[in-house]
Amino acid sequence: MSETAPQKSLDVAAFRPPRNQWWDVWDQFKVHKGALAGSLVFGLIVLFCFIGPWLWPYDATFIDIRSRNQGMSLAHPFGTDQLGRDIMARMMAGGQVSLAVGIVAMLLSILIGTLIGVVSGYFRRIDGLLMRMTDLFLALPLLPLLLVMSMLFRQPLSAVFGVEMGMFLLIVTAIGITSWMRTARVVRGDVLALKEREYVLAARSIGTPPRRLILRHILPNVLSPVMVSATLMIATAIITESALSFLGMGFPPDFPTWGRLVYDGIDYLQQYPSRAMLPGVFISLTVLSVNYIGDGLRDALDPRIRGR
Amino acid sequence: MFNYTLRRLLLAIPTLLFIALAIFLLLELSPGDPMADMPLTIPPEVREQMRLALGLGEAWYIRFFKWLYLFSVVEPSHVLANMTGLDWLAIEGQRIISFQTRSPVGDIIAQRLPQTLWVVGLSYIFGIMVAVPIGIYSAYRQYSWFDQAGTFISMVGFSLPTFFTGPLLMLIFSIWLGWFPIIYDTTLVVDSWYDFGLQLRQMAMPVFVLTLYNAAQITRFMRASMLDNLTQDYVRTARSKGMTERIVVLVHVLRNSMIPVITVIALGIPTIFTGAIITEQIFRVNGLGALLITAIYASDIPMVLTLSVVFAILIVLFNLIADLLYAVFDPRIRYE
Repeated sequence: MSETAPQKSLDVAAFRPPRNQWWDVWDQFKVHKGALAGSLVFGLIVLFCFIGPWLWPYDATFIDIRSRNQGMSLAHPFGTDQLGRDIMARMMAGGQVSLAVGIVAMLLSILIGTLIGVVSGYFRRIDGLLMRMTDLFLALPLLPLLLVMSMLFRQPLSAVFGVEMGMFLLIVTAIGITSWMRTARVVRGDVLALKEREYVLAARSIGTPPRRLILRHILPNVLSPVMVSATLMIATAIITESALSFLGMGFPPDFPTWGRLVYDGIDYLQQYPSRAMLPGVFISLTVLSVNYIGDGLRDALDPRIRGR
Repeated sequence: MFNYTLRRLLLAIPTLLFIALAIFLLLELSPGDPMADMPLTIPPEVREQMRLALGLGEAWYIRFFKWLYLFSVVEPSHVLANMTGLDWLAIEGQRIISFQTRSPVGDIIAQRLPQTLWVVGLSYIFGIMVAVPIGIYSAYRQYSWFDQAGTFISMVGFSLPTFFTGPLLMLIFSIWLGWFPIIYDTTLVVDSWYDFGLQLRQMAMPVFVLTLYNAAQITRFMRASMLDNLTQDYVRTARSKGMTERIVVLVHVLRNSMIPVITVIALGIPTIFTGAIITEQIFRVNGLGALLITAIYASDIPMVLTLSVVFAILIVLFNLIADLLYAVFDPRIRYE
């Protein structure tokens, strides 16, 4: 990169074949060492959680009481817990849930945030109302509210969708509807600025209806802040889910998630410290790598930095 | 400015009313029964009378307005009476009663508040004291090894959840080294140097966990804000006037960089109370967070409602303070 930089500034740039802007983004992203390492680690964790169970012979809920509380060995690299369940298998299963919650909650929150941001930025009539609502949500005490919600709707939802699915839906929805505000504000600000641009005026002057104007011309231009906040949202959602599980308000005890594994491991902190530490390390690594990816994306998607 | 403050305060009232109503209705939907802990041998008619005694017999809107009256008039009068020592200020009669303990909610909160304030408030102050110098130096020597290490550590501190750092510290300092006690002893009375030492030792770990988290966040803002300002034209002007580097950085740049950081600090204060729930739970600090968790488990509706609304008031209030501070420190911003 550094050797080609001076050439590019001379005359090669003028003859460079046109290429997709995403290649430029990738070039800038590659420069950010932390972001590259983050993507690698995140990819490995995803592979571990989703491909691992296919290769690993033990089931997360298989109880082998005779081999309980074992240390690290070749058969059980992370050891076994007080019921003889293989901890590596539990880590994989827990990771699947934690990552799924993180990603689905992120999608929901981004969807709500972008929708409200675009609508309130584009249609002036309901802007005031929507922004008051956003302020209202920002003033809610979130963690207490999440705790109350997961306490209240646990039984009714479990009755309808089954314990695991009900809890999953509950947590994802709860995180989604309490975390969209930041995205909505960012998107609204961008839409307000984009709306005044000439190309939007041009599109409107040829009679483009608002729906297509938004989808075709405005949404692609707010994509980069949305992508950055989407990455960071995964991290927040994973932490929130783990915190709920850690406080005993998340998934049921026999259903492993990373937060739940830390919670269960705390009781054995003195005898088997790895039991609480391992899932903690996995949560931290995931969040750290996702945050680094977000940092790298922010730099890569910002055209002011990209040119440098 | 005064008009703006007044308008914002007036606007805050409907917001808070709405939040209180929303939380009240949410709790109203609750399947949890405050009588669930009572022995099953109590006959149904007695049980019904006990429900009536808890005030659960009336329609929800009557209960909501009663709660609102107690929360906004009666409880503040007791707080005021306690603070000034003037007993005649307190309004006699009904107060908000916790289902669990049968004592006034306000008194319990007043009991628990010092624990939270000591541990969590101290960690916030430490966090600021650590974060500001690190942020300044990181930005001043951008891409130096100090900056690289600083940004890495703040990224780690920002990413590690407190329910991981807490047990990690416990493992190292309580179990392996045996320096600090695992459980925070709330009943400890500090009346000698020895007890003071004990208090310091039991506070060390929770304070450190929260300090790391707070400092990580503030450092990131401080560094970004300093970097924005260091490239401004006025910095070159100040240097070309022959001012020392010290004055340029610590007076001219720092003052301008503190504007966004101060608002971030003000916005973070309410999260002191809500965000420390997990840390309090790990170290068994008997503060507001622990109070909220036990109240939720016990379906103690008055307690949960009152605490949540207190948190909401704090958030709204500090949002306003952050906006006002912004105008105070940045003369370019004028609210009319």
